[in-house]
Amino acid sequence: MTKLQNAIIGGVRAVLGHVPASWLPGGTPDPLIDKRVSLGGQQSRIDGPDKVRGAARFAAEVPMENLLYAAFVHSTIARGRIADLDVSAAEAAPGVALVMTYRNAPKIGVPPPIGITNLKAAGNHTLPIMQDPEIRWNGQVVAVVLAETREQAEHGAALVRVRYDAAPARTRFEEGKASAYTPESMLVERNRLDKGDASRKLAEAAFTIDAVYTTPWENHNPIEPHAATLVWREGKLIVHDATQMVHGTAGSLANIFGLKAGDVHVSSPYVGGGFGAKGLWDHQILGAAAAKLAGRPVRVTLSRASMHRLVGGRTQTEQRVALAADADGKLKALLHHGYGVKPLHSVCDEGFSLTGRSLYASESFDVVQHYVDLDLLANSFMRGPGETPGTFAIECAMDELADALGMDPIELRRCNAASRDPVSGAPHSQNAMMEAYDLGAARIGWDRRMAKPGTRREGEWLIGMGCATGTFPFTRMPGTSVRITIDAAGGAHVASAAHEMGMGTATVQRQHAADRLGLPLDRVTVIIGDSSLPFASFAGGSSQTASLAAAISAASGKLATELMRLAGNDTPLAGLKSSEVEFADGGLRSVEDPARHESFASILRRSGRGELSVVGESGAPLEILKYSMHSTSANFCELRVSEITGEIRVDRLVGAFDCGRILNAKTATSQFKGGMIMGLGMALTEETLLDERTGRIMSTSLADYHVPVHLDVPDIDVLWTDIPDPRTPLGARGIGEIGTTGVAAAIANAVFNATGKRVRDLPLTLDKLI
Amino acid sequence: MSIRVNGMEVLPPDDARVSLLDHLREHLHLSGTKKGCDQGACGACTVLLDGNRVLSCLTLAAQADGSNVQTIEALAAESGALHALQRAFIEHDGLQCGYCTPGQICSAIAMAEELRRGDPSYVTLDLAAGPPVVTRAEIRERMSGNLCRCGAHNGIVEAIEDMLVETAA
Repeated sequence: MTKLQNAIIGGVRAVLGHVPASWLPGGTPDPLIDKRVSLGGQQSRIDGPDKVRGAARFAAEVPMENLLYAAFVHSTIARGRIADLDVSAAEAAPGVALVMTYRNAPKIGVPPPIGITNLKAAGNHTLPIMQDPEIRWNGQVVAVVLAETREQAEHGAALVRVRYDAAPARTRFEEGKASAYTPESMLVERNRLDKGDASRKLAEAAFTIDAVYTTPWENHNPIEPHAATLVWREGKLIVHDATQMVHGTAGSLANIFGLKAGDVHVSSPYVGGGFGAKGLWDHQILGAAAAKLAGRPVRVTLSRASMHRLVGGRTQTEQRVALAADADGKLKALLHHGYGVKPLHSVCDEGFSLTGRSLYASESFDVVQHYVDLDLLANSFMRGPGETPGTFAIECAMDELADALGMDPIELRRCNAASRDPVSGAPHSQNAMMEAYDLGAARIGWDRRMAKPGTRREGEWLIGMGCATGTFPFTRMPGTSVRITIDAAGGAHVASAAHEMGMGTATVQRQHAADRLGLPLDRVTVIIGDSSLPFASFAGGSSQTASLAAAISAASGKLATELMRLAGNDTPLAGLKSSEVEFADGGLRSVEDPARHESFASILRRSGRGELSVVGESGAPLEILKYSMHSTSANFCELRVSEITGEIRVDRLVGAFDCGRILNAKTATSQFKGGMIMGLGMALTEETLLDERTGRIMSTSLADYHVPVHLDVPDIDVLWTDIPDPRTPLGARGIGEIGTTGVAAAIANAVFNATGKRVRDLPLTLDKLI
Repeated sequence: MSIRVNGMEVLPPDDARVSLLDHLREHLHLSGTKKGCDQGACGACTVLLDGNRVLSCLTLAAQADGSNVQTIEALAAESGALHALQRAFIEHDGLQCGYCTPGQICSAIAMAEELRRGDPSYVTLDLAAGPPVVTRAEIRERMSGNLCRCGAHNGIVEAIEDMLVETAA
């Protein structure tokens, strides 16, 4: 991102600073913040019955006649070119229909990169795909084999012979740091923040800590492998995909293959876990190209190893945090510098250095991050991008500072809690971080924590407690649209190309639409996950719920206007303006005189309409440029560390969240717990292992990349403040990603409390504790 | 060769390399059984082979000769009424994306039987004391071969606990 972007966003912020709040989105708090019937309850997910029956159909399960199966051959060098390519044995193998390489691949355009200016772009990298013999990362696809069965395709792939002319490759993080680059901006913020002479304050303060923290490369590893079933019909491309970017994928594929926007149809009603990984990667593009070349439908299901070679993860980070405080614990300076890997062809930022800018009222800041450009696979966003590694560094540093000060870690946060944005001075839309701390501390029994590390013991086990703040910004995406259709019987049907990968999207928006339209739940349906439906932005940035909620709200306003127009004069509502009516009891009624009511069914019947459809859209999210809008959480952990083996057993996790109103207690609890469990994995076991000599990922299976299993996961308590954010639709902020943030720090801090050992390098494996 | 799936005789595989998982999904169109890793590390493909849980990705279809395979599709009653464990998964929100769910459920059904007949586990404290006491630790240990990445672990364990209590009552 560029200087120009910084200038534009800075300019908009400056103007909005003078615009009255009431003119902006959320200027008038959403009436549904308090008027709740279905919202806020314990609603079971509506797709539960299909999922427990095994009847929910995923991308690789769409039946298709005449199908070919794809298998990929990956490069085994990081940089260079293909010298010899022998596909004759593969082509002659039983069942093989096609071997596609750069020699015969059709013209494939470069995917348009994900960005804030083109919401129909989904590219995670900007490299040519199978257009030349160049090798640009270790694992790049060099051949696609199509065969009648999966077994024949795999066998054919094993017969492809490739000889490479290897060129020197840059694959070592330490070496790359010397030539690291410094981008101008980080997502929508300026990268470099220098405020209030931090270096002087660090030099003069009574208490300082200054340490380097590292987090490893991590991979999402959803249980459903990336998959797509693709077919060309009369020049149009149909893709049954597993994606959290339905329209982004359709728009990008159209662009790549030179098609009109409407000529690519992407369907993805269920996604078997995404966490940022289920976007557009080479497999859908190569699958579409191969299907075109073969003239037959193709099914691509990535093997676990192919997933690691083709789908990016979260970069490793190295973060230096220095904090300065006076004897009372007041922060005088916060320095956060660091490195991550982001090849120049990679699109997604890992903005860990954004974390510390909003949390604490430090007097000064010195923040910047650098990227190392290596010959590696592009990154993708992974749950809680930026803040997940960022909170590990900042929140461990806060714990170290508390220890240096001899202060309770919660009290250190309390005395530095920000009453407004500490950098911009913008007011918070809502913030109750310390209420979250108080809730969580009471639940875990923080008063049982021993201030002195290494003093609680049961047999070989040293026991400790730790806490850490989590945080994630509020985002609402412009352009996300819904269509609401009222049928002749007065039921409502909501449609949008939104995504379901376990969040409960349709479940929650059904509750929302029911309350918005004054209908019982069973009169509302929601369909999502198909590019034939109104545009929805990607499921990312914890933005989907707020974006859909804004769109439903906008559509409901149009619906009221349209219904009043249809109602005419022969209605109990005659003479009222649409601003003088509200939805209730399956129809509209006068706000002043609730006895004046007419049902949807009656209005449609009288006007001779079988149904009525309106489309509403989430407008520009100007509120996020005027207010400081961040969710926060307080994470608590109690654990044991074996003095003999160094084994860590996490006995309890408590997460207390300040994320605005909670819309569905049951699915929200699952979202929070799920995020926290990913944080648990990050803390204890997860690490993508790169052979730095060859640039090849070594841990390409679930036997090598260790995600938490049942025995690793304790009973988790989830609490929330449930204080509405008056600036957001429904008073809610996103909850999908914040769960992951702060957890690894809480665990590392608990390990310090248990053992007195400060481990600054994730994961916290046994070898670091004995 | 005779393979029965959910009580019905099915076509045998036409290629010796076909795994039971691929046979179910690609040839018999029983896609309720899921492929997560295809190498025995995630448990998503768990089915019941003569009542015992097996990883269908590591089982050749030909190995099911003479056996009855039960998959998630056959768990609900013919009337469509869900099995108690399926209902408990919904009630406790023991699923999010739903992809590991069929494997978790099949695995838990067989695990209940293993507990009932007294098979010990790594966390069973007293091997001489008869059938293991059902604790959350026992459930967690015995279910650790079924990965879930969305993080529905608490709900899954609660749902299984419900079923075990209900069966015992």
